Amino acid sequence: MSFLKVENVTSGYGSMEVLHNVSLEVNQGEIVSLLGPNGAGKTTLLRNIFGVISPWEGKIYFKEKDISGTPPEKVARMGMCYVPQENNIFPSLTVQENLEMGAFIREDDWQPRVKEVYELFPDLTDRRRSRAGDLSGGMRQMLAIGRALMLNPEMLLLDEPSTGLAPLLVDHIFEKIKQLNSQGVTIFLVEQNAQALQCSAKSYILEGGEKKAEGRAEELMKDEEIGKLYLGR
Amino acid sequence: MPELIVYGIVLGSIIALGSIGLTLIWGITDLFNIAHGDQMTAGAYLALLFATLFSRINFLNTRAGPFSFNWSLVLAFIPAILISMALAIVVDRWVYAPMRKGKAHSIAGFIASIGVAWCLRGLIYIVWGADFKFYTPGLRQMLFLPMGIKLRVDEIFIMLISWSAVAAVYLFLLKAKMGKALRALADNPDLARIAGINTEMMIAWAWGIAGLLITIAGILYGIETQLRPEMGWIFLLPLFAAVILGGQGSITGALAGGLILGLAQQISTAWLRPTYKPAIAFIIMILVLIFRPKGIFGRR
Repeated sequence: MSFLKVENVTSGYGSMEVLHNVSLEVNQGEIVSLLGPNGAGKTTLLRNIFGVISPWEGKIYFKEKDISGTPPEKVARMGMCYVPQENNIFPSLTVQENLEMGAFIREDDWQPRVKEVYELFPDLTDRRRSRAGDLSGGMRQMLAIGRALMLNPEMLLLDEPSTGLAPLLVDHIFEKIKQLNSQGVTIFLVEQNAQALQCSAKSYILEGGEKKAEGRAEELMKDEEIGKLYLGR
Repeated sequence: MPELIVYGIVLGSIIALGSIGLTLIWGITDLFNIAHGDQMTAGAYLALLFATLFSRINFLNTRAGPFSFNWSLVLAFIPAILISMALAIVVDRWVYAPMRKGKAHSIAGFIASIGVAWCLRGLIYIVWGADFKFYTPGLRQMLFLPMGIKLRVDEIFIMLISWSAVAAVYLFLLKAKMGKALRALADNPDLARIAGINTEMMIAWAWGIAGLLITIAGILYGIETQLRPEMGWIFLLPLFAAVILGGQGSITGALAGGLILGLAQQISTAWLRPTYKPAIAFIIMILVLIFRPKGIFGRR
C-alpha cells in the first residue's frame, strides 16, 4: 500500500514555477530518500506535502486520503510530522519546552513520550533546561527531530538533517534515522549527502524541479552518470 | 531627587504594563500596533462609563478606602477589561486577520492600525467630548514619607495593581501551556504551525492579553492624571520607546524599558520643564535605534 503518494505535482512561489510535474511514492515502513543539488525544489516539495504551500496542479495522498492543500496544523494531526532544514527549533524556549510544544496538540499524557525521546537522544537529557538557541548544530538537529517525534508520527519528513554537521555527527544522525525506522516510522528523507542512499530502500533524484531518476538505492549508486551528475562522484 | 525616582517608578509601572501587549503583538504578528494607545484611552473611558453607571448603586458610591475614587470604579475595572479584550480580538479578526491571510506586508498592517487608532479616538470624541474628565473629583490624600517624598495614596494602588498584573502575565507566559505556546509563536511562527498549533487562535489570545493589560494601564493612568481623548495617543510614545528599548517581542525587555523610560522622564524634570518629557522618550528611542537597534533584550 502506498503510504505517501505525490501525483504530478506542479508548484512554486508567486509566478515562479519550481516543481514541474513531480510524482513519487513512499510505502509504509520504508525509508525513501530524495536527492538533488541546491535549488532542485526538494524543500518546495516537502512544503507542498505538508501543506505549508499548496500544489498548483496534481494531488498528494497520505494513507490514501487526498491531503493536497490541507494546512500544516491539520496534517500534523493525521500522523505525519515535518522537520524543516532551518529554523526548526524555538530558540528562546528551553529544550524541555521545545519538546512540550511538539506535544501541544496531544490531549493524552505525553510525559512518557518525552522520556522516550530523551532515551533516543541521551545528549539532550543534560541540556533539558538550556535555551534551545544555545545548543550546538548537532544537538539542535536532534532536538528538532525529537520535537517532531512528540506526536508519535507514523511518517516523518526530514529536510537535510545532515547539513552543516561534522562527519561523525552525520553518521550518528543517520544511525538514529535507521533506528526510528526500525521502530516502524516511515521516513521520507531529503538530502544532498549521498550517504542517505545507503540507508534507503528507494531513492529519487530531483533536479531543476524535475524528477531525473528513481530506483533502488544500490542501482542508483552503481549508475555512473547519476553518480557523476548528482552524487558528487 | 528621591521623590523624582519614586514618581519615575510610578510612571514606569504604567508604561511597563502598557508596553507588554505592544511587544507581544509585535513579536507574534510583526504588527507595530499604532492603535495601542487609543485602545488605552478607550479602556479608561469604558471604566468611566461603568463607574458612572455603578455609582447609582448606593453602597458603591462611597470612597474606596483611603483612595480618591469610589468603589464603583474598582468594580468598573471588570466590564471595562472584558469589553476591551473583546474589542481587541474583534478588531484583529476584522482588520488584521484578513491581511495575514493575504500575506500583506507588515507596513499595510501598520497603516491600518493608524486608521483603527483614528476611528477609536473619533468615537471617544463623539461620545464623551473633548473636555477633561475625572473618575471622581475627590481630594487626593498625600502620604509624607521620609526623605521629603510626597506620595499620593492612589499611587500605591497604581503600583500594586500594575505589578500584580505584570507578575500574573509573566507567570502565565512562563508556566501555562498557552503561555509557552505564545512564546513559541513569537519565536518561530512557521514551526508553531508545523507542530500543529492553531496560530490564529493563539493570536486571538495575544490580543486578549494586550487588551487586558492596556485597559488596566489606561485606568491607572486616568487615576494618576485625568481622562483626555488624546491621553493614549500621547502615551504611545513612551510605550514605543520602552518596547524598542526592550527589543521586539521581549516581555522582560518591555518591563525594563518601561521602568527606564518612566525614571528618565521624571528625573529629567529636575533640570528640564515637564513639557520636555516626550522629548526624553524620543531621545532614548533614537539613541537605542542608533546604537543597539535590536534592543537590550532583543533577538532580531
